[in-house]
Amino acid sequence: MSAQPYGLIATFDTAAAIYHAAETVRDAGYKKWDCITPCPVHGLDGAMGVKRSLVPRISLAGGITGFCTGMLMIWWTGAWNYKLIVGGKPLFSPMFAFPISYELTILFTAFATIGGMFLLNNLPMHYHPVLKYDHITRGLDDQFFVVIEAADMKFDAKATRALLEKAGGKNITELEH
Amino acid sequence: MSHAAEHTAEAPAILAEVKPAIVPRAVLVAHGRSFSWITEKICGIIEEKTPRWWWICFAVAGFVASWTVMGLTYLVATGVGVWGHHNPINWAWDIVNFVFWIGIGHAGTLISAILCLLRQKWRTSINRAAEAMTIFAVVCAAIFPVFHVGRIWFAVLPGWLFPFPNGNDIWQNFRSPLEWDVFAVSTYGTVSVLFWYVGLIPDLAILRDRFYAAGNKFRSSLYGLFAMGWRGSNRHWSNYEMAYMILAGISTPLVLSVHTIVSFDFAVSLIPGWHTTIFPPYFVAGAIFSGFGMVLTLMLPLRAVYKLEDLITQYHIDCMCKITLATGTMVGYAYAMEFFIAWYGSNPNEGFAFINRGFGHYAWAYWIMVTCNVITPQFFWFKKIRQNTALVWILSIFVNVGMWFERFVIIVTSLARDFLPSSWGYYSPSIVEIFTFFGTFGVFSVLFLLFIRFLPIMPMAELKAVTPEGDPHSGANAHH
Repeated sequence: MSAQPYGLIATFDTAAAIYHAAETVRDAGYKKWDCITPCPVHGLDGAMGVKRSLVPRISLAGGITGFCTGMLMIWWTGAWNYKLIVGGKPLFSPMFAFPISYELTILFTAFATIGGMFLLNNLPMHYHPVLKYDHITRGLDDQFFVVIEAADMKFDAKATRALLEKAGGKNITELEH
Repeated sequence: MSHAAEHTAEAPAILAEVKPAIVPRAVLVAHGRSFSWITEKICGIIEEKTPRWWWICFAVAGFVASWTVMGLTYLVATGVGVWGHHNPINWAWDIVNFVFWIGIGHAGTLISAILCLLRQKWRTSINRAAEAMTIFAVVCAAIFPVFHVGRIWFAVLPGWLFPFPNGNDIWQNFRSPLEWDVFAVSTYGTVSVLFWYVGLIPDLAILRDRFYAAGNKFRSSLYGLFAMGWRGSNRHWSNYEMAYMILAGISTPLVLSVHTIVSFDFAVSLIPGWHTTIFPPYFVAGAIFSGFGMVLTLMLPLRAVYKLEDLITQYHIDCMCKITLATGTMVGYAYAMEFFIAWYGSNPNEGFAFINRGFGHYAWAYWIMVTCNVITPQFFWFKKIRQNTALVWILSIFVNVGMWFERFVIIVTSLARDFLPSSWGYYSPSIVEIFTFFGTFGVFSVLFLLFIRFLPIMPMAELKAVTPEGDPHSGANAHH
């Protein structure tokens, strides 16, 4: 890795402070930056300019797959692979296949949703420069951090530090890779 | 920002005229507890030395759980004949216990999913433990259908339950509600675990960091493994919250469908007393009723032992009691409606089944059920009673007992008096069955005790989000 730091991290004490800091950093035009918060902060996505999550699309794909899997499985087993008349009923009907297809819709949606969440979040990632920060425990406990990556086009060690100071950030520290 | 604008927008002029009274919102975390207090409180439970009461409870629970293990071992070694089933009562305690446990689980999903969609923020402090209850209840429930096939190795692979062709290459009968049940319950168990796990991720990350800071590398890496490298990034929270909302959204129809399908096991048959269209909503209401009974049974001692009064406030107990009251009353209504339809339907077999329930050989069970399920919850109308924690706890036990009897009454009375009077019988459980069932309370307790010892019993991140400190626009912190 290069000698360049990963980025700058600044501490904020309240949810309101990080909210306003996020607006400042967003308006300054940064792209590769993040907020570290102990809980989801209402409205912070908008303040950061984070777009609506793509998880629902993956969930939808999962749900459709699940429904089709159920219908196809029941059709294939009962009306194709081993035709067996039970109680004089048709070999296949979407009616009796519905409950199982419904359950599989939900099952596949759940897996797709969680898989999609991990995929979009690039997790699991057990090593990350932010996790090496001395005070990171507080970031999951009661403090709020803004991290601006050095990889950002607009990053400039001095100007970025000044911006974070202006936004009210304390303890501005360089993060190593 | 649209969000800020929402808050600073001028109030409509009409408000100045009518001067609406300010309705105070119930405080969800009492005494204005801070973020770090919540973290210390919840993590402290895991980090402290294992208390002596825990070991005592664990030993007792383990002993009771051994009854189930012995009962099941004997069953598998000998055959299903060791249970008290005989013609015409070929379904009895096994399915009673199954429905009882699965119903208990439903309150956990109601709290975690339905109340989440309805934005009932009081759910936050009880949802983790309630979801744990769901999962452990499903484990206890699953024991019965899996073991009632006797040769359990057939339950899974050369499929009697799951879709693998059996010995003659014949597939399962997908028209059967019992087969629907296999999918419903296994989906329910899986989705409940996933939902629970997703909720745990941010809290596991806190534990990872705290154990690391305390120098316990082993536990730190263990929690860290399951925390997936969570670092509280807001870009992650964005996807996480969306995923959580979708899981809540799919768990809601799931929980309703599971008990609907469980009720189809009976409703789709032709047995008088079972073959009724009221079953799905009636079973769902009963499941939530019994589940809230169990939530109260579990949470009240937990609250007392760990002094969680600031997190599970009187408001929380009131809410739980009121849901118990509402669902219990629905169940009471269903009992009355079943009788009404039996009379109104003019089917002599149906009519007989219900008269027999109330006044036949099993009348004792029927009236225990009515007392526990219809009369007990009515006490929750009174604030004085809801504020008496010990009394609420005792009433919650009655709810649990009553709901077990409900399933017993439905299942056994109808089978004991089927269409052929010559085959009528009376069912008594065998000793093996009794021990197997009571042992499941031990199995449940063992799992629950392990949960409270090793996992955060309340979702810290969610609790923080409902405090004023977590609100960027609250008066205390607002900069504008």
